[in-house]
Amino acid sequence: MFKVKPNHMIKVKRNQIFAFTLLSLAAALTVLTLFAIVFYIMLNGFSVISMDFLFDEPRSMGTEGGVLPAILGTIYLVVLVMIIATPIGVGTAVYLNEYMPEGRFKKILRFATELLAGVPSIVFGMFGFIFFVIVLRDYTGGWSILSGALTGVIMILPVIIRASEEALRSVPDPLKEGSLALGTTRWYTIKKIVLPLALPGITTSLILSIGRVIGETAAFLLTLGGSLLFAQSIFDGGRTLALHLYLVAMETGDLQMAMGSGAVLIILILIINFAAAGLFKLLVRRFSV
Amino acid sequence: MKFQKERNNKSNIEEGIVKKVLFVMALTAITSLGLIAFFIFNEGMPFMIDYGIADFIFGTEWDPSNQVYGIFPMIVGSVIATLLAILIGAPIGIAVAVYLVEIAPPKVARIIRPAITLMEGIPSVIIGLFGMVVMLDVIRRLARGPLSEYLPAGYQTGYSVLAGAIILAIMILPTIISISADSIRAVPNEYKEAALALGSSKWQTIYKVVVPAAKSGVLAAVILGVGRAIGETMAIIMVVGNTVQIPEAGWEGIFAPVRTLTGNIALEMGYAGPEHRQALFATGIILFIFIIIINSITLVLRKKED
Repeated sequence: MFKVKPNHMIKVKRNQIFAFTLLSLAAALTVLTLFAIVFYIMLNGFSVISMDFLFDEPRSMGTEGGVLPAILGTIYLVVLVMIIATPIGVGTAVYLNEYMPEGRFKKILRFATELLAGVPSIVFGMFGFIFFVIVLRDYTGGWSILSGALTGVIMILPVIIRASEEALRSVPDPLKEGSLALGTTRWYTIKKIVLPLALPGITTSLILSIGRVIGETAAFLLTLGGSLLFAQSIFDGGRTLALHLYLVAMETGDLQMAMGSGAVLIILILIINFAAAGLFKLLVRRFSV
Repeated sequence: MKFQKERNNKSNIEEGIVKKVLFVMALTAITSLGLIAFFIFNEGMPFMIDYGIADFIFGTEWDPSNQVYGIFPMIVGSVIATLLAILIGAPIGIAVAVYLVEIAPPKVARIIRPAITLMEGIPSVIIGLFGMVVMLDVIRRLARGPLSEYLPAGYQTGYSVLAGAIILAIMILPTIISISADSIRAVPNEYKEAALALGSSKWQTIYKVVVPAAKSGVLAAVILGVGRAIGETMAIIMVVGNTVQIPEAGWEGIFAPVRTLTGNIALEMGYAGPEHRQALFATGIILFIFIIIINSITLVLRKKED
């Protein structure tokens, strides 16, 4: 019969060991890079963080004092964005998934949302700038928290729609059919069967959207105005922590203070990531069939 | 019976209202999405035609105070930074995806997977700041030390297309990893079993069967990475120096400070006068076209995979 040359087997084995070593090195490098970034910014940032840093206003363009207006600005923006985007995003997903008949129009809509999910945030920023800051300035106050929030809404809508649709699609059809067969209306079925089952997925996508708003900078650079003052209303300009970090690093060159904002930002993002994962598990347990 | 009828009426009305409300929401979402393209083209296109599309795209000088608007250096900057980023990021990303799906012991995979999700959520300004503090320093030392005799003085600041590319590579890694991993995971087990049954080693199976079978998904992941890299704004502004110039041909060029299309928009929009602003929107149109082409390719590739 046929013989395998022993040399060949050794070579194959050696190749495999070599390849697997390279692959695991790539994985190690990736994880280490992440940790390097997170820990470097946190350790350096903690050296400037104090009660004053968190609860004081910035002085000398942010090279002294604290970041309270930026923290408040971030909160205002996130709340406003989510209040507007959640009903529209989830509502659209429900309509697309539960009401709209399959057809070409629906395909075009899906394609459009997919395309838009890949559009870079600076493009959303440009749109927000020309539409909300310039064209609608009498209603939005020009550079303002409202302009920034509306821009943020448009930016995260495709994300929320896609993720919610996925969650809605994962609800098994027999459950819906069973409910409808009992004589309930479509909306009743959605309210009592579909939405509760899709809730974990939808909630996670909403929390991750909050993370995206907190971390976003390019879109808000063009729409928020970057004011260092405390905002009195949503028609005033403001800045988020991420924007504050950028402006301090680039305009003053005070990288130490920028890392202070960076550390606060990373902590927020970490909390949001853990909250998303935790809440998902909790809701799945609570609402699963 | 009567009670039943009333109830039915009530729920029918509710049904009708809900359907209309949801329809309006869907409409709001879709129109606002359509408005984006309209406004950007509306603001930038007339200018681009007035100025001359070829002059605008291939003009090598950008001097808004003298009404000279050529964005070729920015196109070159974006393209070089993106290509270098893919050169660094794609092999590493695909390697991690293969490792994650095919090789990693479950315990290790449980560490890597959330790490990659977290990496995706790290704000770009954080990565940019890390680049400013750590990477610029390393590149500066390299450029002023062992390489100083080969590089012109303007290339020794650390701010460089190389720094931008490394930052971009870090930022596109999660995208490339998660999408390649999905398509590698989707390769039917029978393929692997057949290859293993024929006596191939595990690596031969991965290399000759699994990765080729996942080819179109992996390619889609890389192209999606290209799209993200070319659209990235904040992190890259912080490390590339933003000088409007075309880098020298040759390896020295990667140490040249450059400006990207996105950087041009973000840096100048705040103080631009009317004509200057239109030129920036025209820059946005070029960026938009790049992105739409890239995203369409990705969508077609991913559909092919399904």
